Parts: sequence; C-alpha cells; structure tokens
Amino acid sequence: MEMEHLYEVLRSIEGFIYPNEIELRWSILIVLYPYVTGLVAGAFILASLEKVFEIRDVRPTYRLSLLTALAFLICAPLPLVFHITHPFRGFEIFLTPHLSSAMAVFGFVYIWYLMAILLIEIWLEYRKEIIEFSKINKGIKGFIYKILTLGVKEINEEIEDFDKRFGKFIAIIGIPSAILLHGYVGFIFGSVKANPWWSSVIMPVIFLFSAMVSGIALVIFIYMVLNYLKGKEPSIPCLDAMAKYLLYSIIIDFSLEMLDLVQRIYEAEEFFDMFQILIKGKLFISLFIFQILIGAILPILFLGYIRIFGSSDSAKKFTYFLVSVMVLIGIFATRWNVVIGGQLFSKSLRGLTIYKLGLIGREGIYASMGLLFLPFLILLFLIWLLPPYEKERRV
Amino acid sequence: MTRRDFINKLKFFILTPFFKNELLNLIVQTFRYGKNKFGMVIDISKCIGCGECVRACKEENNVPKYPFYFRTWIERYIIFEDGEVYVESPDGGFNGFKKISPPKKIAKSFFVPKLCNQCEEAPCVQVCPVGATYETDDGVVLVDKKYCIGCGYCIQACPYGARYFHPETKTPDKCTFCYHRIKKGLLPVCVLVCPQNARIFGKIDDPDSPVYKFLKSYPLQVLKSHLRTHPKVYYKDMDMEVR
Repeated sequence: MEMEHLYEVLRSIEGFIYPNEIELRWSILIVLYPYVTGLVAGAFILASLEKVFEIRDVRPTYRLSLLTALAFLICAPLPLVFHITHPFRGFEIFLTPHLSSAMAVFGFVYIWYLMAILLIEIWLEYRKEIIEFSKINKGIKGFIYKILTLGVKEINEEIEDFDKRFGKFIAIIGIPSAILLHGYVGFIFGSVKANPWWSSVIMPVIFLFSAMVSGIALVIFIYMVLNYLKGKEPSIPCLDAMAKYLLYSIIIDFSLEMLDLVQRIYEAEEFFDMFQILIKGKLFISLFIFQILIGAILPILFLGYIRIFGSSDSAKKFTYFLVSVMVLIGIFATRWNVVIGGQLFSKSLRGLTIYKLGLIGREGIYASMGLLFLPFLILLFLIWLLPPYEKERRV
Repeated sequence: MTRRDFINKLKFFILTPFFKNELLNLIVQTFRYGKNKFGMVIDISKCIGCGECVRACKEENNVPKYPFYFRTWIERYIIFEDGEVYVESPDGGFNGFKKISPPKKIAKSFFVPKLCNQCEEAPCVQVCPVGATYETDDGVVLVDKKYCIGCGYCIQACPYGARYFHPETKTPDKCTFCYHRIKKGLLPVCVLVCPQNARIFGKIDDPDSPVYKFLKSYPLQVLKSHLRTHPKVYYKDMDMEVR
C-alpha cells in the first residue's frame, strides 16, 4: 500500500530529485505542531495584555485566554507523538537529551511553559474560587476541586494579596516564556541550513508574530462562539480592543513575511530558480490566496476600515468573526507553506516532488482533524470546571 | 568523543588505581581524536555508471530493493551545447543507465556516485534530539536504530539527501562506509566491486592510505562546501553543475 503510494509520487516528480527524497517525511501532523503551539503562545500573550499591561478592555477574555492556552498546550505535543515512529522511546528526549539539538531543548521549553508558567498562573487566578467550589460541590466535581485546592481550606486577604502579586510576576516572566516557546518552534525550522526555504534568521520572529495573530484570532472566535451558544451579547469594547491588537499583529507579521519574501527575491541566490517555480506553481494558492490574501490583506482592510470609519455593533461582530476565521485559515496556510513547502523541492535544487494527503491513517486528514478538535473538547471541560465569566464566578 | 563516551569513560577515572591500562588507553585515544578518520575519494572521470556499487550496497546492507531507498546511488549529468543541464538517476542507477538519443548536441556527460558524506560537522548529528545519530572516533556517522525515536529531523537536516527512512526498522538509515567491514580491515563493498576503481577508500591522515595520497596529489572538491559540513567524501574532476 505504502509502496504503491510512493510509486505514484515517483511518477509525478518534476525535474530531478535525490532518490531518497521521494518520500516526504514531515506530514500534516508537523504542520499542526507549530500551528497549535502558535495558538497557545498567542492566546497567552493576549491574556498578558490584561494582567501585565493592565488593558482593562480585554478583561472579559482574560480567563478564557488562559484556559484556551492550556487546552491547546496540552495538545501541542500530540502531533509529534503521533508522528514519531517510535513513540515509546519519545521520553528519551527528556531523559537523555542531546543538547545541540533544537528539538531536544524544545521539550524543556515546553515543560517550563506548562508547569512553571501556565498552570501556576491559572491556579493563582482561580485559587479563591477553587476553595469555595470545593466546599459547595459534591461528588466527582467536588473531589476534583478538593485536589486542586492542594489541601488549603481557608484563604485570607493577605494570601490573596500575595497571590495577586505573585500572579503578576508569573505573568511577566510568562511573556518571554511564551515568546521563547514559539520563537523556538521557528528556530527548529529556521536553523536547518540544508533547507534554503527554512533557513532564515527571521523565521523565529515571523513565527512569533504569526503566533500572536492566530492566538488573538482564536480567542475572538471562541469568545464569540461561546457567547452565541449561551445566547449572550459579547462585550463590544472587549472585541474592539482584541481586534485592535489583532490588526497591529497582522501588520507586523505581514510586513516581516513580505520583508523575507522581498529579500529572497532581491538576493536571488542559488535557490532562486527553484523558489520561483515553487511560489508560482505548487504553492501559489496556499501562499498568495490563503496566506497573503485571506490571512493578511483582507483582514487588514476589514479591520482597518472599522478602525478608521467605525461601524454598527452588528457589522463589527460579523466582521470580527469573519476575520478571526479568515486569519485562522490564513495562519494554517502559513504553517503549511513552511512545513510542506519546504519539502516539496529537492535539495539538489533541480526538481519538485508532491505531497499526497491521505484520508485515513495516522497521518491522514481524519487523525489531523481529530487532533485539531481535541483542544476544543478539553477547553469545554476546563470551562465547565473553571468558569471564565464574571457573572458565574460569584458563588 | 561524544558525551555518552565521556560518561562511560569517566568511571575509569574513578577506578584509576585498579585500571591503569584503561586510563592509558583513554589518554592515547583522547590525543588521537580528530585523526585516524576514514574518508573516500570519488574519481568522477572514471565512473561508467554500471550500477555495480548500488546493487552490491543494497545486497550487503539489506537496503530495501524499492527505488526509494539508497545508501549509495549514481546520478547522470548531461550538459548540452546550449548550456541546458539534464540530471537523472533512474532507480538510483541500480540497473545502470540506458543509452539515450538526445534531440540536441551534448557538450559533456558524466556520472556522479553519491553516498553519505560522513561530515566532520554533521548536521544530522547536531539535530538528533536523543543522540541516536553519532560520530564514531574514526569519523563515521552511524545511527543507533534501537535508540532512535524516528522524528526524521536528521533527514531534513542532511543537505545531501543521503538518508532514507527504512520501512522495516522505522528509523532513518544511511551509508556507514560498511562499518561492519572496515572495522575488520575490509573495504566498503561499493569500493570493492567498482570495476573502474572510481572509489578510493582509506584513512585520510595515514600516509600509507590511498585516500591520503589522493588528498595530497590532486585538486579535489566536496559537495556544498558553503554549508561548512566538512565532508569526508571528496570528488575529483567534479563539474560546477554537480550539487
């Protein structure tokens, strides 16, 4: 079965590629990995706007952003675990890491971010309520809350005050950590000197800003969907504020991407002939239509129009929702173009291979959609356990 | 010396009084590090593209017979009068190359055997997250199949396309210079079977080795030198079109 697939690829090759390159090794799962990680970093940075920079307008989404970051962070390593062919040896990355490897160090960046930043910040934020919930809830839910209290039954103002200050401290060190988390993912690709499509010093920075773009868009999307499901009106000042930061992030991200593109075209190094064939051919739709038009230019126009000329609340809501979906698709295309695009051409720079995405199997569409859907289920559970809304917080 | 070796050898330091010989050995080996490494010279002008090396390698090293997996392969370059370059490697040169009747006049044509370059600064070794790909003291880059997690980062990092993913072990595989043979003083099988002596093998710093003599006598090139991988596979008479 697998061999038939490879024979089919062999027949579709254009030009010359090294014979070992027929099998494209990093599949859609490796597209999901930076996508999901980016959503985490972006959602967390949005939460930090409120906590660190004290932008009160985004307060309604502060907790939601943290829970979103956690739900996606839990799922971030899953595509990798699915992808590696010896998953039971995967823990060796932590036990015997090879420290010159960007991938090995990512494990520690991930653990640091999960254990030292996100879990602590969420726990401090919810601590008071967890103690209250543990008293009024019975059964499994009550039991979960009891565990989450870590044995503390009473809390006084002094502790609360300390929690607040400590929470802020964690949020402050969380920002460089989130930057590290996703900048690092960019480095995993950007440091591969064998691949001229990836090898770029600006790659971690582009990853970082595209992460912020996708993370903010995700929180806007989830916030609006949750409000719709509950039959409530979302806070327009909050949406406006998020849309404002989304617009700024898209502009920076888009500028950096175009800088990278223009630099490559102007320098026109050895890779340039292949580069032209790639962007005019196999990557044209995913690059120019999805990444640039749908993911950047149209959102900038829509959001820019609203910021400059204003509009009615219902038009705003519609536009923000539409833009958030467009951006989420656009950033997915960005990740696709990096990961898959970087493997479509031969390192001989003389030919192209193809990527055939299957439906079933470990690296097929169904598995990937499952992995992309899973964080939303986890998020629902987290929202059930730790309600993120002001009103429900009052016990 | 790798980190793992270092830790292994550390215990000899602790038990020094009891293991003097090991300690002496360690000192000798430490000072010899960077020397005594294996390398290969490929004389492009001699290669006739018969495919003998590709067939022998697949047989010797249990490389799957499908045309997607190669430890070594041969490329044919045809450069036409008008400057157009045509490159092919049908089945990696396993069945040799067919005579072609091109539509226009050929300026030059030649065969280029390829294999793992056993880089001194190997990107595959650098990126392996668990150290399953490592360089031996004699300069050969090997893969520990029982340790590899199968992430494929090394395949991405290799600039030469020298690694393939073995469908049975589910780990990357590549040329080892026939490590099981060379440690017994035998030649790699591709060198042994080449009817043209287009592949020359030996230690790169041993004055008695044929590779050493080549390195000192001829202008040689390595592939993609701008990437600073310091390959230990050297090419004689290599055209600028070869990548």
